[in-house]
Amino acid sequence: MNQTLRNSFKLGPDGRGRFGTFGGRFVAETLMPLILEVERAYEAAKTDVAFQTEWRRLLAHYVGRPSPLWFAERLTAHLRQAAPAGKGARVYFKREELNHTGAHKINAVLGQILLARKMGKTRIIAETGAGQHGVATATACALFDLPCTVFMGATDVERQKPNVFRMKLLGAEVVPVTSGAATLKDAMNEALRHWVANVADTYYCIGTVAGPHPYPTMVRDFQCVIGDELREQILAAEGRLPDALVCAVGGGSSAMGLFHPFLDDAGVAMYGVEAAGRGLDTEEHAASISRGAPGVLHGNRTYLLQDSQGQINEAHSISAGLDYPGIGPEHSWLHEQGRVTYVGATDNEALEAFQLCSKLEGIIPALESAHGLAHVLKLAPEMPEDGIIVLNLSGRGDKDIFTVAHHLGVSL
Amino acid sequence: MNRPGQTSRIAERFASLKASGRGALLTYLQAYDPDPATSLAILRGLPGAGADVIEIGVAFTDPMADGPAIQLAAQRALKSGATLSRTLALVRDFRAEEQATPIVLMGYYNPILSYGIDRFCIDAASSGVDGLIIVDVPPEEADEIEPQAKANGLDLIRLVAPTTDDARLPGVLAATSGFVYYVSITGITGTKSATRESLAAEIPRIRRHTDLPIAIGFGIRTPAQAAEAASIADGAVVGTALVDVLKDSLDEQGRAKPDTVRRVLDAVRALADAVRGNA
Repeated sequence: MNQTLRNSFKLGPDGRGRFGTFGGRFVAETLMPLILEVERAYEAAKTDVAFQTEWRRLLAHYVGRPSPLWFAERLTAHLRQAAPAGKGARVYFKREELNHTGAHKINAVLGQILLARKMGKTRIIAETGAGQHGVATATACALFDLPCTVFMGATDVERQKPNVFRMKLLGAEVVPVTSGAATLKDAMNEALRHWVANVADTYYCIGTVAGPHPYPTMVRDFQCVIGDELREQILAAEGRLPDALVCAVGGGSSAMGLFHPFLDDAGVAMYGVEAAGRGLDTEEHAASISRGAPGVLHGNRTYLLQDSQGQINEAHSISAGLDYPGIGPEHSWLHEQGRVTYVGATDNEALEAFQLCSKLEGIIPALESAHGLAHVLKLAPEMPEDGIIVLNLSGRGDKDIFTVAHHLGVSL
Repeated sequence: MNRPGQTSRIAERFASLKASGRGALLTYLQAYDPDPATSLAILRGLPGAGADVIEIGVAFTDPMADGPAIQLAAQRALKSGATLSRTLALVRDFRAEEQATPIVLMGYYNPILSYGIDRFCIDAASSGVDGLIIVDVPPEEADEIEPQAKANGLDLIRLVAPTTDDARLPGVLAATSGFVYYVSITGITGTKSATRESLAAEIPRIRRHTDLPIAIGFGIRTPAQAAEAASIADGAVVGTALVDVLKDSLDEQGRAKPDTVRRVLDAVRALADAVRGNA
């Protein structure tokens, strides 16, 4: 039997913006011409030396890149204590939480804002869940003197107050969205609705590797700076590539940025950690791949949490940034290809990892990143001592201290 | 159901209205809003009240192109048990008594994907549906449903927007059948209205590329606006304004009151009178 050999996992998407059957451009006609315009502008920007130079300059001097690679020595020792003899991999953190604005989001935001300027757009809109993408967008808009409107679920406005205040300080308008469960999905609906009504002058700065093509590809490409840096850093530190990469996935932009440069390195295992909420077998989680099915929402075909009638279910996670019923289409494809393993971490596991990281490493991680860490806590003790595991520490946890205090029964 | 090659109910209806010298009134309400019995009663009353083409909204949790009124209608419909298969059953109940008025389902792609595209097209056609408007399936993505729709005699009605430029227009129109749905504003349903001037400029632009009837939708609220749109194009779609009348007739718990059906049909009658030049 003839078999087509796959020689790369990095060739996607195809000309229609598809990764296998996932992705695409499922938007109303009103938006379609604009989506095509964004695609043309992005294709041009990819080979525009001035554009790339300006973006790199901002990453170096405004964001503070490269972000460090940190050997988490105390955490490694801690995990070895409970591991069988000879087990307990060396744990590294890729420290995206040290970026300006406190998360990886700024990498893709700066790229997109430069693109919006190139396209002659004069207003920026964004959706946000935890507020990290909203803060990053508001920051870039302040820097470039662009009016910025951020759509945020009313529930998230309530649980991410520090970030709401930050966005306002940066001069952005924050619009609370009350439809649905008033979280990230609803914020994205509202941002798309607003965009349809303001196509002429407005650029929609999407925060993750989802939405209609070219967004999943464009955001991934900008975030690949994470994985590209890591490759150099780990080779310098260890002389070889890591055995495993771990990252939390909501929409999955930090994970795509970490994974993509390593997709063709067969020896590098990859784990995307979905929010398992109160448990994968409860009704309350945000595990689109583990418990969802393929469908179409927000402009792309991907795994979604949905009922038997194709209605979208509400997601649940302690982490506002993971509280989304879908995932980027490239993740859906990588799941079906078997290249990346998608697992879950519950609210409680994330809370424990959050506290452990704070005490052992002096790093308060974002609740999103704590989901990734929770899986590292399971995985590292099963790997040999000379194994190397890298966690994408995608964001810092300052914004989460109120949520965590509430769950620990502490009143601030 | 229409067999391929046969003249569709939609084409027939527009042709006969054109012959009689007027445009069509197309009405939009969501199936199961606010409950199945009221929804069926309204549906059965629509042809008598003057609806020439009936659009039935299929409820979806995340209606990206819709404004607050239709978002809330979808929530009411879902709460009262709306599903795609029940919407088809509603059409069958309607068709048991009425054969002439075309029915177009308007909604989003995911419920159709979940139902199964092949099975959906077969069941929709055999239930008496004549056309489909799938808001989030632009021509670029339509190849996965177009052959099945065609094979079952279902018209696939495309949206054309003010942003659809001249380079793009022929391709969009080439793929449409039944009629062209002109989204008259850049925006979501029920938020603003197009000016007479913009319609008078846009409709001839589309006509240069197609012989199909053109219906104008999004932002048509009053009988006067409907009459104007139906005269500039070949039809006027009224949705949000009717959904608002329905909503205003409900009690505090969102339940239908005894006059809900009458109030909605009265509003349709007023629109129809205007479109027919009797206002």
